[in-house]
Amino acid sequence: MRWGRMVILAAGLLLVWQVVVMISGVPAYILPGPVRVVRALVSHSGTIFRHTLVTGMEIVAGLLIGTVFGAVSALVMMAFKPVKRWLFPVLVISQAIPVFALAPLLVLWFGYGIGSKIVMAVLIIFFPVTAAFYDGLRQTDSEWLELARVMDASPLAILRYIRIPAALPAFASGLRVATAVAPIGAVVGEWVGASRGLGFYMLHANARMQTDRMFAALMVLAALALFLYASVDRIMIRLVYWQNEAEKET
Amino acid sequence: MNATISQPGPAGNHAGRKPAPAVVMDKISFSFSGTRIFKNLSFTVPGGQWTCLLGPSGSGKSTLLRIISGSLGPVAGTVNFDGERRNKRGTAWMAQKDLLLPWLTVAENVLLGARLRGEITGRVHSRAGSLIEAAGLAGYENRLPAALSGGMRQRVALLRTLMEDCPVILMDEPFSALDALTRLKLQDLAADLVAGATVLLVTHDPLEALRLGHRIHVMTGRPATIDEALVPASQPPRRPDDPAIAGLYASLLDRLTGKPQ
Repeated sequence: MRWGRMVILAAGLLLVWQVVVMISGVPAYILPGPVRVVRALVSHSGTIFRHTLVTGMEIVAGLLIGTVFGAVSALVMMAFKPVKRWLFPVLVISQAIPVFALAPLLVLWFGYGIGSKIVMAVLIIFFPVTAAFYDGLRQTDSEWLELARVMDASPLAILRYIRIPAALPAFASGLRVATAVAPIGAVVGEWVGASRGLGFYMLHANARMQTDRMFAALMVLAALALFLYASVDRIMIRLVYWQNEAEKET
Repeated sequence: MNATISQPGPAGNHAGRKPAPAVVMDKISFSFSGTRIFKNLSFTVPGGQWTCLLGPSGSGKSTLLRIISGSLGPVAGTVNFDGERRNKRGTAWMAQKDLLLPWLTVAENVLLGARLRGEITGRVHSRAGSLIEAAGLAGYENRLPAALSGGMRQRVALLRTLMEDCPVILMDEPFSALDALTRLKLQDLAADLVAGATVLLVTHDPLEALRLGHRIHVMTGRPATIDEALVPASQPPRRPDDPAIAGLYASLLDRLTGKPQ
């Protein structure tokens, strides 16, 4: 049912797009119709695929590193209050600086390769994960904690068996947000300076008025982002299995 | 259900041991945000019996339990168990909310205390298994709490409390969120399985106190005072048609509403 609606929606949008292009008579270098875009996609599929692999790798690596980094810093802030008092303001300030403004610097420091793009993605992903997970860790039901203390549990055992599992739903929503924004980091990085990746390919095509190729790359990027989001969503549903159980029962 | 009630409780493990201690509170004083909840309160919960503490909401009943369990940290006055200082694992606590962890199965929730202390052993596992069976929860070991009814969840909470194997059990309105029939069954199960331990049950239900208590006290006022014990003639758990219940119900209500006797 859900998929059926998606297919109908996509087909409808493509149809409107094609009709608009045909009626208005916009030149193809301004707005190519979907038929043209698909043709470009097919005829350059090899090249686009190679660039997609690079961008995909950057996003996945950024997600993995950013998630680990974010989870660890949330745990450290939870376990050591002084660290929290010093680290949290730094994190907030770091978010006040637009990552896009940092992109040229990151390319300067980490080079034209995928390194600078991964750093970029990590910077974007890190904060939502840290903030959500830390919030979750802090908001453990106080009666659970009281019960654990009456049971003579050590703070470490409470963290491991109660606080962390209780924070997983919050962590999962943070990671979902992070996954949705992660592609931005990689693509912006590629725009600023790269020799590979979908962002680079789009810029390259744009400069040569190959608008149909640019749209083709854009479609692939959207599909990649959707695929990554759906995958992470799946994993998160598994991770907080008890919530789905609750939904099933009620 | 009835079959399990007539059995001797698996928690009758206190039988072969030294008897459960009395909890003796002496000159307890405690204030919360400027309000004096207790002032020089002295109160003794006799060992190995059910003592029920009744009182209006906000009278400090739950606070008293927290002082006994040590959750509130040090307060003015002393709490000792048969003259000895309270040791770390002296009390088990059962609350109105079942406090089951939704990501753990029934069996894992029952074993929570042992897991938190890193004390999971084969013996602990088999004890949990026999308790689960005695409570009529066999077959539900691997279900998540979300799949259970309110009564079943509170039964799991009772088993988790019993697994603590503490001589003193503090109960804070553990049956009050249940429907009448489920409550009746769970009261019987608790009375059966807990037998031998020192129990302080806080409740606002006079009937519950009359069914379960060896002794019944009423706590009122601010700072709170606790009156002389009401001691029904028969042994708990009393059947709902026990004459002691009908005979004492009215006078207990009078005490609660503060009417002169």
